[in-house]
Amino acid sequence: MSGLAALPSALAAHLAISAAALLLALVVAVPLALLMPARPWLRRGVMGFASVVQTVPALALLALFFPLLVLLRNVTGLAVPSLGLLPSLLALALYALLPLLRGLAGGLAAVPDGVRDAARAIGMSDWQRLFHVELSLAAPVVMGGVRTAAVWTIGAATLATMVGQKSLGDLIFAGLQLQDWQQVLLGCVAAAGVALLVDGALGWCQAGIAQRRWRPAAQGLILLALIAGGVTGWWWQARPASATPAVTIGTKTFSEQYILAELIADDLASIGQPASIRSGLGSGIAFQSVAAGGIDISIDYSGTLWTQALGRTDTPPRDVMLPILARDLKARYGVTVAARLGFENAYALAMRRTDAVRLGVKTISDLARVSGKLRLATDLEFQSRAEWTALQRSYGLGFASIRAFTPVLMMAALNDGSADIITAYSSDGTLVGNDLVLITDDAQALPAYDALLLVAPGRDALVARLARYEGRIPVEAMREANWQADRPQDKRSPAQAAKWLKAKTGL
Amino acid sequence: MDGVTLALGGRPVLRGIDLAIPPGALVALVGGSGAGKTSLLRLVNRMVQPDTGTIRIDGVDVAGRDKESLRRGIGYAVQGGGLFPHWTVADNIAAVPWLMGWDKARRLARAAELMEMVDLPVHLADRFPGALSGGQASRVGLARALAVSPRLLLLDEPFGALDPETRTALADRLVALHRAQGLTTILVTHDLVDALLRADLMLVLDAGTIVACGPPAQVAANPHPAVQALVAGPLAQAELLHRMGARLT
Repeated sequence: MSGLAALPSALAAHLAISAAALLLALVVAVPLALLMPARPWLRRGVMGFASVVQTVPALALLALFFPLLVLLRNVTGLAVPSLGLLPSLLALALYALLPLLRGLAGGLAAVPDGVRDAARAIGMSDWQRLFHVELSLAAPVVMGGVRTAAVWTIGAATLATMVGQKSLGDLIFAGLQLQDWQQVLLGCVAAAGVALLVDGALGWCQAGIAQRRWRPAAQGLILLALIAGGVTGWWWQARPASATPAVTIGTKTFSEQYILAELIADDLASIGQPASIRSGLGSGIAFQSVAAGGIDISIDYSGTLWTQALGRTDTPPRDVMLPILARDLKARYGVTVAARLGFENAYALAMRRTDAVRLGVKTISDLARVSGKLRLATDLEFQSRAEWTALQRSYGLGFASIRAFTPVLMMAALNDGSADIITAYSSDGTLVGNDLVLITDDAQALPAYDALLLVAPGRDALVARLARYEGRIPVEAMREANWQADRPQDKRSPAQAAKWLKAKTGL
Repeated sequence: MDGVTLALGGRPVLRGIDLAIPPGALVALVGGSGAGKTSLLRLVNRMVQPDTGTIRIDGVDVAGRDKESLRRGIGYAVQGGGLFPHWTVADNIAAVPWLMGWDKARRLARAAELMEMVDLPVHLADRFPGALSGGQASRVGLARALAVSPRLLLLDEPFGALDPETRTALADRLVALHRAQGLTTILVTHDLVDALLRADLMLVLDAGTIVACGPPAQVAANPHPAVQALVAGPLAQAELLHRMGARLT
């Protein structure tokens, strides 16, 4: 099954980050819960904060820690990592805070005043009363909170993938993109299975505490130890034998990135350099990661870097743009452009080959002559993007109708004849599968989106090795490889598509 | 107690309490709700601190003593027992010995001895308080208060919420233990019958001051309106006349 090879390390990382987040949340929650009963202002503040945190979607919470940590790094000058472990740990711990606080506060509030009073009256010290009476009595309710928090954390930890932390989300997000449902299912089942097992183990502990019996509590502890030991052992046994530290290749969330990462990883492995793939990074996060050295190699596009990393709004021709881009990325971020792969993944317009031939449309200038009779189907964001404004300005395009679709439906609209033109990416595999032609941007209204290999600061050996990719991948080959991974029937894995691409290009 | 005053949350609770309790006395502390009975009791083992005045036990100011060791040396029991629901009966009874570091065998032996003393069947030793009747829980509370043979016993409504037969039996047992062990006992109670019949001294609190103090019969004759409101209640009257006329002289 695809993704199975990645499972042990993803599972181990997933459990480790979940456990660490839960422990951190407990360390914070216990003193807060003990201080709260006597201080109503603290209780209101803390519980209010924890509740608000809970209403933020977990994904947004994780993503928010990235700018927060960057800000912290800039303000304090400390080398605070803004990606990977730290933001995941903090966000997940914050997320676990509410159920823990609820459990602790509820448990402590349920201790009868008479019992607390009796503990003082017979001469218990504050600490004795806290441990032997209050926390002991509150323990069953507290354990209920711990169970809820554990299940939530294990579930939410799949999202840590988006900020560059390895987790079971690696399988889920890569699988979603590749429409590899087996891999998605594998990730989901593994996460749900671990959550259920941990919940069951904690349930035994809770029952043991509530009934004051050792047996269930011991069972629960043994099961927890077995889960931790089993996962660690599996990971240990499955880990690569090499002692050379692995190079990490980061990918964004689409097939082309996965295929190219496999291609490069395979190539590095052939020279004795192990490589691991950190898949499913958010678009901006991939670049930030390579700049921060959290990953070693990323694949990005000149137009995106031009606007996002350098903040430029002009659209010079590619011959002017690329040298400036390479120079400024190096100067501002220390990131090296190691190779320009030779193809472009630009926003583009596409139409059925038969229509293009019939109407004599090869360029967007040609299209502008007949576009008033044609219907355009776009993806959801195209009409709010700068590219659309630029196209309208340069060519004076006007369509009979414009409708926005999700990408899958956009292609369906073209196929069933309810649209004539669609937006597309120039290296998109569906262009191959549906016999479409791209309409050339002859006036160069759009920036170039040349695919580039980026290398993190200080990895000069990698720069030298990756230089061999310069200009080696034509857009037709990339499109075909993408189609192999994206097509609904006879789908290939990214690794298989990468093998095909390697043979095709002779790399 | 000399010139003891106490305010809680800005509200005066006790005002100018001067009081001497002879060793070996069984003192009944009575008064309406909010008169300050419980606070007065809790001053003795430093559960609350007086704003002014001093409290001495055997001539030693309690303010100078460590709170925890002071409390361990004074028996204390409340209504319903105030038992730890997650500890067995034996562990509850031997709580103070446990705090004082006794070993397990000695604690168990002492718990068994105390259970016999308060008429608890020995098979209850391993039960948890949730499985006890109200009377049994009160007996466990009393046993716990007596665990390290204190010389001073503070009881706050120990037999409240029990049926009359049970409370009479327990009150008799308490008086017997009090005499046998030479205890000094301060008993906060709502039950005037208890107070009038069994106490050596009766102390009436009203709005934070002592309005009457002395042998029960003498206090019952005190014309102070607060005292009369307490002892002249029809129920109390009837019971007193019916059951105990002989002792009132």
